[in-house]
Amino acid sequence: MSVVTLAQALNGGLDLALEKDPNVVLLGEDIGRTGGVFRITDGLREKYGEDRVFDTPVAESGIVGAALGMAIAGLKPVAEIQFLGFSYPAYDQIINHVARMRNRSAHRFTVPMVIRIPFGGGIGAAEHHSESTESIYAHVPGLKVVVPSTPADAKGLLLAAIEDPDPVLLLEPIRLYRAVKEEVDEGDYTTPIGPIRVERSGDDITLFSWGAMMKETRAAAAVLEDDGVSVEVIDIRTLSPLDRDGIAASVEKTGRAVIIHEAPLTAGFGGEIAAVLAERALYSLKAPVRRVTGWDTVFPLKRSESHYLPGVDRIVHAARDILEG
Amino acid sequence: MFSLVNPDGTVRDRLPISIEETKSLYADMVESRVYDHKSMALQRQGRIATYAPFEGQEGAQIGAAAALRSDDWVAGTYRDAALMWKAGYPWDLMVLGRTGDERGGAPPEGVNVLPACLTVGGHMIHAVGLAWAEKLKGSDRIAFTSFGDGATSEGDFHEAMNFAAVYELPVVFFCQNNQFAISYPRSEQTRSQSIAAKAEGYGMPGVQVDGNDVIGVLTTVTEAVAGAREGEGPSFIEAITYRMGPHTTADDPDRYRDDTDAEDWAAKDPLLRVRLLLEKAGGWSPEWQAELESTAGERIEEAVATAEAVAEPTVGEMIGRVFAQPTDALLAQLAEAEE
Repeated sequence: MSVVTLAQALNGGLDLALEKDPNVVLLGEDIGRTGGVFRITDGLREKYGEDRVFDTPVAESGIVGAALGMAIAGLKPVAEIQFLGFSYPAYDQIINHVARMRNRSAHRFTVPMVIRIPFGGGIGAAEHHSESTESIYAHVPGLKVVVPSTPADAKGLLLAAIEDPDPVLLLEPIRLYRAVKEEVDEGDYTTPIGPIRVERSGDDITLFSWGAMMKETRAAAAVLEDDGVSVEVIDIRTLSPLDRDGIAASVEKTGRAVIIHEAPLTAGFGGEIAAVLAERALYSLKAPVRRVTGWDTVFPLKRSESHYLPGVDRIVHAARDILEG
Repeated sequence: MFSLVNPDGTVRDRLPISIEETKSLYADMVESRVYDHKSMALQRQGRIATYAPFEGQEGAQIGAAAALRSDDWVAGTYRDAALMWKAGYPWDLMVLGRTGDERGGAPPEGVNVLPACLTVGGHMIHAVGLAWAEKLKGSDRIAFTSFGDGATSEGDFHEAMNFAAVYELPVVFFCQNNQFAISYPRSEQTRSQSIAAKAEGYGMPGVQVDGNDVIGVLTTVTEAVAGAREGEGPSFIEAITYRMGPHTTADDPDRYRDDTDAEDWAAKDPLLRVRLLLEKAGGWSPEWQAELESTAGERIEEAVATAEAVAEPTVGEMIGRVFAQPTDALLAQLAEAEE
């Protein structure tokens, strides 16, 4: 065990995958010589060579489409798109081909590949570099979407994604790459795709979140605990397939729920979680379900980021509102 | 434009294949056309969904597929049934697919032909990835991808061509320029002098061939495939041909096409010239033609019967095709659907 950041855990996971399986290859823009814009693939080209770690032309659709062909022919490609806001040229390949080849060919051709994409704001980045459009991917049948928020989960979910027989989108919270550290097993392990992680157990209210917003969610839970509230914190960590049982079970216990995400409110993934609670836990609810999310605006540039990003105060306020209700 | 056999069946150069081999290609073209006509009829009878006929393009498709090795990868389009069949994809599965059944998208093990791509141009980059994997594995299997003139205007065409050239991958790009993208003519599709000329910009060879000359196509594609297999990287072929029918059973070409054009191209029919060539060589007779058509007809009827005898798909199969293992949500939805 060693204490590493989320970025280091991902790098370690990729290193391990490349080492143990000769069919694993990495491809993406600037992932070789410079180790990627966030240095997640740092050192891997030097270690495994130019025939395992490919710098590609600037062509997101090409990266994803070529990875699909590689996967059909027996490799296990791990593609990187630099930012979620640059993934849309590849959306056609993802929704029309990657996620559907198994269906179209009745299992004859399958696509065991991983697409890694840094996402989310909070680092004062340029336009298009701070998107949280995970719900447009979670809506795609045939695609799994995982979002780690801790170093251990990042490595475990990455290795599970690489082993998965179907395509997996791994969304990596930019803001947490170097902001969270914990002890991570240096060996080979996987974190199952699907189940939620109960990060903190409590009885009065459940806070649901994923990705970078887990940071504010944890902080809000600490504030509420200081008030004497028993808070359950759940890291959803897999958006698709969604752990509906785990989500419902928590609120059956606590009776109150706040869902926190960075993406805009309307048609955000929080709506899906709220729907699960309405369908499965309505009679346990002691108060309305609340969502604390980004506004329905374009993600702003640096000087307005603080206006946009849901802060600890908003989460605490929503929680107190329904606790006092 | 490279060509070996003229529309009147005369030969421009010594043919690289024997009369017997020519007869075999001709038989394949006849069988393909029988399938095409049968499919149009099946659609009119409501027995299959929308159909995209390839009549007029048999020379391009049979000639190209005849140049491939049986384990090569093929990524083609909804109009490539003859090509896919010649590459090993059974007719009955093609018909099954057209009845509206995903199980038609699963060719037998060993047949490395992807199910037809329906998004225009989306599949060329798949061939690039397939070829990339083969190169990395050290195999000499190549990837062949077929598409139309319209697809060359898609962004994915550019990305596929560029990736293949950058990584020197064993890909053969085969454009069947059939003059129309639904209703949009080739003359407006690009200001490029030819589609083949675009290859130069990617740093790969590009050639034009008479797509209605099955032997010319076979010769051109054989050379491209050999180059790819021997490590010379990708190449591009523009086969000049003509779609004699509509885009699909859902459109009327009279709205966008001149009758005179169609008549000119009818004289350049890919089957006609081979028949004339064989006739001159004493290799064709009306009896043989009748036999070919009747044998092909029986095979296609059998394929249709096989496809139509496939049991109705279950909701469980539909739900089971999403992932290797259905998720809890899918299993719950299956239970609900079966209630």
